[in-house]
Amino acid sequence: MKQKSIAVVGAAETTQMGKIPDVSVIGLHADAALNAMADAGLKPSDIDGVATAGISPVELAHYMGIKPTYADGTQVGGCSFMLHVRHAAAAINEGLCKTVLITHGESGRSRVGAGGFARSPSSLMGQFEMPYGPMGPPTMFTIPVLRYLKARGYTVEDLAQVAVIQREWAAKNPRASFKDPITVDDVLKSDMIAWPFTKLMCCLVTDGGGALILTSADRAKDFPQKPVYVLGTGESVETPMVSQMYDFTHSTAFRISGKKAFEEAGITHADVDHLMIYDAFAHLPLYGLEDLGFCKEGEAAGFIRDRNTAPPKDGKGGGKLPLNTNGGGLSYMHSGMYGMYALQESVRQMRGIAPAQVPGAKISIAHGVGGMFAASGTIVFSNEAP
Amino acid sequence: MPPRMLPEPTPETRHFWEGCKEGELRLQRCTDCDGGAYFPPRPFCPKCGSRKVEVFKASGNAVLWSYVINMRPRPDMGTEPYAIAVVKLSEGPTMMTNIVDCPQTPEALQLDMPVKVTFAKQSDDISLPFFQPAGA
Repeated sequence: MKQKSIAVVGAAETTQMGKIPDVSVIGLHADAALNAMADAGLKPSDIDGVATAGISPVELAHYMGIKPTYADGTQVGGCSFMLHVRHAAAAINEGLCKTVLITHGESGRSRVGAGGFARSPSSLMGQFEMPYGPMGPPTMFTIPVLRYLKARGYTVEDLAQVAVIQREWAAKNPRASFKDPITVDDVLKSDMIAWPFTKLMCCLVTDGGGALILTSADRAKDFPQKPVYVLGTGESVETPMVSQMYDFTHSTAFRISGKKAFEEAGITHADVDHLMIYDAFAHLPLYGLEDLGFCKEGEAAGFIRDRNTAPPKDGKGGGKLPLNTNGGGLSYMHSGMYGMYALQESVRQMRGIAPAQVPGAKISIAHGVGGMFAASGTIVFSNEAP
Repeated sequence: MPPRMLPEPTPETRHFWEGCKEGELRLQRCTDCDGGAYFPPRPFCPKCGSRKVEVFKASGNAVLWSYVINMRPRPDMGTEPYAIAVVKLSEGPTMMTNIVDCPQTPEALQLDMPVKVTFAKQSDDISLPFFQPAGA
């Protein structure tokens, strides 16, 4: 895409976050959408493009009273919203529409108006994975990890360290679900869920939502909020079954998506001030740091342990690459498709209003995963006008 | 205990499940390119796209590639923790399975240990391919 041709002009999460038993799934989409429209100073009639996952864009458009000329129902799991941003940028540049609303809402914890996770027994996953007893992401997303640890020389302590440092970030975020400090020992001694993964290496299950509004950079100047420009984008998909990843020690989708985003943005790793890597489980930031090229293979665990991604602590300054500064899926919130919250935190950092603001940050990357290493999307943001 | 979740074969995968019933692990390979064996079943080569593919009987030999031990058993899987494993077949592809005739512990389940296929009848139509330690 053309750099900085598109900007985020509205961004908001749901009014409440965490446990919301009195709002259904579509209600969470709508609450986030209304908050984002208020943020942008827009009404539903000002929106002519819609994109969402989990529900269909038809449901979203009709519920919100939007009559769009563009609809995107891309559903590839938790990074769907990164793909929606990418597709919206292309659509706006091509003149398919002018203003796109992207929403997420999920009643992950309370399950109000939520669908099930049933897999057809004739699907590939139904035939070749489900008979062996997997029970949701904690027992599937984690399957490549023992091979990864062995190949890289990492340990379970390295997984635990990821959760410990993200909790430090969460402590600075008033909306985070978990804020109390934890140690590596605490993480290792928490309930064993699917060996080697303990409970504190797994994401939360919460209720919530978020929404973004995008328009052309030319129009963005006339909106009330400071525009956040889209500098580069990437996406890819890999496998519907984690057992069929091309290689258990890296995500092919991460590499393709990340490389494309860096190329489009025309930046180097040293240009990146702030990074979000979708952390449904503690291994994902390690894969992400390696597959996006921030660390060489085998160096990501040490990079985190040496506090390169950590906030300031005990009088020492923060690390050079602040990562998952909202606390992440491990400590902030995770409703099921967390990618929207990674995007929201990148936008807050670029607007300069994040609870744990990175001083002077000019470029932020939000990198998402979908399914169990099924898909990936990467968005590079900048707050500097074109 | 509810009945175990079982696969429903499709026309494209029927040969695999028929093989399991007959005690054979069946893979496919391309006869147009040297793309090697592939899994799961499909009627074309994922390397070159050719429809000229053949089914063949695999050796059944593999190594334990990765796994988790599920501490919260799915209701149809009993009450004890069990490993959800991926093995790497000697022909190349990986596949999900369970490791049987072996304690379901990190000590007993060592990565790269040799395993071999064994079939367990679940219904008139379905036998599941499991793997056991090669020495067992």
